[in-house]
Amino acid sequence: MRTSLDNYLGIHPQALQLEAKRNELLAANLANVDTPNYKARDIDFKAALSAASGESNAASSGGSSALTLRNTESSAAGTAAAGGVSATGTGASDGDIDSSTVKYRVPMASALDGNTVDEQLEQSAFAENSVRYQASLQFINSALRDLMTAITGS
Amino acid sequence: MSSFKIFDIAGSGMSAQSVRLNTVASNLANADSVSGDPNNVYKAKHPIFQAVMGSVAGLGHDQSTAQVSVTGISESQAAPETRYDPGNPLADAQGNVYAPNVNVVEEMADMISASRSYQNDVEVLNTSRDMMLATLKLGQS
Repeated sequence: MRTSLDNYLGIHPQALQLEAKRNELLAANLANVDTPNYKARDIDFKAALSAASGESNAASSGGSSALTLRNTESSAAGTAAAGGVSATGTGASDGDIDSSTVKYRVPMASALDGNTVDEQLEQSAFAENSVRYQASLQFINSALRDLMTAITGS
Repeated sequence: MSSFKIFDIAGSGMSAQSVRLNTVASNLANADSVSGDPNNVYKAKHPIFQAVMGSVAGLGHDQSTAQVSVTGISESQAAPETRYDPGNPLADAQGNVYAPNVNVVEEMADMISASRSYQNDVEVLNTSRDMMLATLKLGQS
């Protein structure tokens, strides 16, 4: 149930939550840059955000996403590596990230040890995501400030 | 949702990389520690990294982040290098001494890789901290 304040802030709270989650994922990718058989993961941001904001549009999940991500199912079937990563997630509540939106990255060049983390790619994604996070924060902040101006009238 | 997990993740990466730096330092320091007994010579050590998936059962989204752990230190089983050096007091009956199987060039490359990864983790930590401090100030001023 959304309150009117949620409506007032728009999509930004959900975006903020998603960006925090994505930062966590990217941090995990960067921390495991030298771990054998680690498979880099990322969030299909567009799909996740539209799912979180409840306007799941089938057309918006595909197409123009800049990130090349692959479904977890096809990844697990395609690579018989001993990574042993299985995303068995259930019970994502409203605003949470459904585990189906967390996907494995398609490596540009595969490493011999089975690691698929591209350090430069993750770094730039992390930097971009941090800026997005701060932007969302800014949007919420200014909306709240507007609200305070309306309440106090000064 | 605990946003503080990002500190654990970056911290685990940093500690893993510093273990790696330690082994590199140990290997480089002992690169010339010769011995008269081929079974007793220093062997190059390398840490084994493993991803530790978020272990909270039943919560799907917690499975998706991974810390790093060092599961052990492996010793290289490559044969030690045999050097003919009869003047060395450690030389055996054939006049040979045995040098460690440390590849110095490999170790240097490993050192650079470890320190770069460490810097990455520090960067992640700093950025996350700044973001969290900004979030704490949400709605103020």
